[in-house]
Amino acid sequence: MYPDYLKDSLEKVDQTRSKRLELAKSDKPVYPPMNAEEREDVLSKFHPDSTSGARSHIRVGPNKGEQLTTEITDLLEAHSMVDPKRMDAGLANPDYETDMLIIGGGGAGCWAAITAIKNGIKPMIATKLRLGDANSMMSEGGMQAAVTPQDSPTRHYLDAIGGGHFDNKPELVRALTEDGPEVVRELENLGVMWDKMEDGSLQVLHGGGTSRKRMVSCRDYIGAIIMRTLMDEVENHPHEISVREFEPAIELLLDDKGQCAGAVLYNLDTEQFLVVRAKTTVITTGGFGRLHIRGFATTNHYGATGDGLVMAYRAGAYLKFMDSVQYHPTGAIYPEQIAGFLITEKIRGAGGQPVNKDGELFVFPREPRDVESAAIIRECSSERNMGVGTASGRSGVWLDSPLIDMINGEGYTRHQFPGMCRAFDNYGIDIVKQPMLIYPSLHYQNGGIEINERCETNIPGLFIAGEASGGVHGRNRLMGNSVLDYNVFGRRVGKQASEYAKSVKLGKLSLEHVTAYDGEMISQGIDSDLISPVILPSYTPEDVKLQQLARLGNIPARHSMLRSRIGCSCNKGKGDK
Amino acid sequence: MSGDQQNETDDKNKVVIDTGESEQPQTRMVTVVIMGKPALVPDDATIMRAIEYSGQQIIRGAGCREGFCGTIYRLPGDYRIHTGLACTTLVQEGMALSQIPSVPLEKAVYDLEKLTPDVDTIKALYPVTFRCVACGTCTKACPQGLQVMDYIQSAMRGDIAELMELSYECVGCGLCALRCPSEIIQHKVAILGKRLYGRYLRKESKELDIRIQQVKNHEYDGEYAELMSLGREALSERYYARDTE
Ligand SMILES: Cc1cc2nc3c(=O)[nH]c(=O)nc-3n(C[C@H](O)[C@H](O)[C@H](O)COP(=O)(O)OP(=O)(O)OC[C@H]3O[C@@H](n4cnc5c(N)ncnc54)[C@H](O)[C@@H]3O)c2cc1C
Repeated sequence: MYPDYLKDSLEKVDQTRSKRLELAKSDKPVYPPMNAEEREDVLSKFHPDSTSGARSHIRVGPNKGEQLTTEITDLLEAHSMVDPKRMDAGLANPDYETDMLIIGGGGAGCWAAITAIKNGIKPMIATKLRLGDANSMMSEGGMQAAVTPQDSPTRHYLDAIGGGHFDNKPELVRALTEDGPEVVRELENLGVMWDKMEDGSLQVLHGGGTSRKRMVSCRDYIGAIIMRTLMDEVENHPHEISVREFEPAIELLLDDKGQCAGAVLYNLDTEQFLVVRAKTTVITTGGFGRLHIRGFATTNHYGATGDGLVMAYRAGAYLKFMDSVQYHPTGAIYPEQIAGFLITEKIRGAGGQPVNKDGELFVFPREPRDVESAAIIRECSSERNMGVGTASGRSGVWLDSPLIDMINGEGYTRHQFPGMCRAFDNYGIDIVKQPMLIYPSLHYQNGGIEINERCETNIPGLFIAGEASGGVHGRNRLMGNSVLDYNVFGRRVGKQASEYAKSVKLGKLSLEHVTAYDGEMISQGIDSDLISPVILPSYTPEDVKLQQLARLGNIPARHSMLRSRIGCSCNKGKGDK
Repeated sequence: MSGDQQNETDDKNKVVIDTGESEQPQTRMVTVVIMGKPALVPDDATIMRAIEYSGQQIIRGAGCREGFCGTIYRLPGDYRIHTGLACTTLVQEGMALSQIPSVPLEKAVYDLEKLTPDVDTIKALYPVTFRCVACGTCTKACPQGLQVMDYIQSAMRGDIAELMELSYECVGCGLCALRCPSEIIQHKVAILGKRLYGRYLRKESKELDIRIQQVKNHEYDGEYAELMSLGREALSERYYARDTE
């Protein structure tokens, strides 16, 4: 139920709806899409990446001197969890040996394992929480793939590279778009149930920045359907794939020839540091939403803290586009308990419209995400003051969902968006009849560790796939291209890395790069008390944390999670979605 | 930017960033018993938030924070065991709760390519399913409000399409399996049903066949080569001039 103070504005949305429905039924855009100059203008003034302090120069490592997102610079100008000297015994006598270590059991990680065993390699997945506790589980709306006759992979290429402002690495966009149709087929052969038309063709919808309808879907549960299928398949091979849960990696190992040779794992229960010697190492650790960049609430899962970036960077890998962050245009802001919760873009694909407090359209509903988000922030800013305020002090705009049934027929919303309906039904809001209140939410790591189309990095033996990688999406990823990304590159990395594992000869294991990195920090005069990777965010109230940190002497248990979040605005109890 | 982490964070807080939020609302406090220990927490907190508010770092039993981990609880003056998802269920005064971060079970191991989408597969892989006494406890336990017992009955009839449809929104928390007096593992039967449906009972897309063949025949190589050779400006021109469906 919406509170009384929102009634006036809700009535205005009702009043303007029939006019807007007419617009939606005409074949013209419901609001004029922005041209290049208008996009540039709204982005430079209102996108969070453009605010003062959003970026800062990094003083150490392969990207030294470049501007990165400030929170990333902080994360990289930080200390390791381990003292390399104390790891000597482990390095000489590893706890595990494997042909292929996959760090991160999300979508890309499971694919890597599934394709590796087809190539005769027995991999090990080390993951932070449970297998499938991942952003991949949460994706809602859909996956892009050029499957219809009026579409083509090259058209998909043009849409993706335009959405990324032409910064994307062309060979990666080609791999992404060209593998798309094949991935759709392989997933259904594994048992994924795509939404289909009567004749068996795939149901497709628009997403932000698409010039053809190409969003394939599983209602609004694409993540849960694909992820559970991939996990089930991984678990069908218990003798070939070993899975270590609650054992995140915290540092990569190199050998004396500079090849990546495994990782140090941290057992979350016992707090032991364990050494894995691996012929090849694949990072599939996903994104970083739980760093709450710029204090934003996030859509991401609990373990999305950018760990892969930290490990790879200390080992000498180059990062790409880590100066840009994706804010999803439509995160819920009411009710307060689900603040940050993602309202899938498919809602707009199916006809939902963002409207301001007077019920008026102010932006084309399907601009690329960064543009759409910036336009919403502008609408709520003091420049326009057309946002709707909540009692918790948030401000946002309406996402008018009742249009969806009016356009597509009664019952469409409930059938196609069961997850969305359920989330709001819990609080007495029927999105078939009433709009949702939304504001941009921290969503996606556009950049990452630079790869080529074989998922290789500048470190031999280190491969990356999925959200942790950089280059595929330039500085702005379009909806549906990251589910495609982890499927395409997860498959590719399994093949590439397992091939590599067959011929490589490893030397002596070493953590010297960690010692050297710390030395570089000292010589740059960097005096940080931060330890990274962060592993898990802490939502403990500040006064409680201070009591925990009173402990003297040796490093307190789980101290990096704790200390790294002190003083962060997200600890005020709001960022916990 | 200074090298001192603490100062940096402090500085950052002074920067006015429009995150769409301003001051905190006033909240009332309630007492909940978290895994045996009472704690005072805000009354508008979810179970997950309450655990964290009390100072614990959650390790087990938090994944997406949007509805996949089960919790059980009792309320004062109420004999029943309630179930919910820790991240979406709100606390209440006197609630006594335990998280269920994992459900011990043995998943059937199979090769999907060797299965048939019918009752024989259910019998072979999850024979325990046929112990169902139709008591409906699973349905009552489901935090997603699914008709779990009905989908188990579909499985027993070999109606894979109905099993898929009725279990579509299963998040796999396993609360049904823990409450079942017949020790069935409903949520694993559900994923099997879905995979059987997707693999064997789907309608085939001819358009997709054609497209996959076109890619295999290198029909797009020329267009790719051309697009990839364009400079930024030419590419931009092409992009903004493209028509939209
Ligand atoms: C709510 C939501 C909705 C989305 N909807 C869509 C959509 O509709 N369409 C679309 O295209 N994209 C969508 N996305 C984005 C997409 O889901 C992700 O980008 C994609 O799933 C990432 O896959 P991944 O395998 O790279 O990472 P993930 O699936 O996040 O997997 C990473 C795994 O690595 C583990 N890990 C992290 N650190 C470590 C460590 N140090 N050691 C070991 N393991 C570690 C994590 O716990 C996790 O299991 C959505 C994302 C979210 C959050």
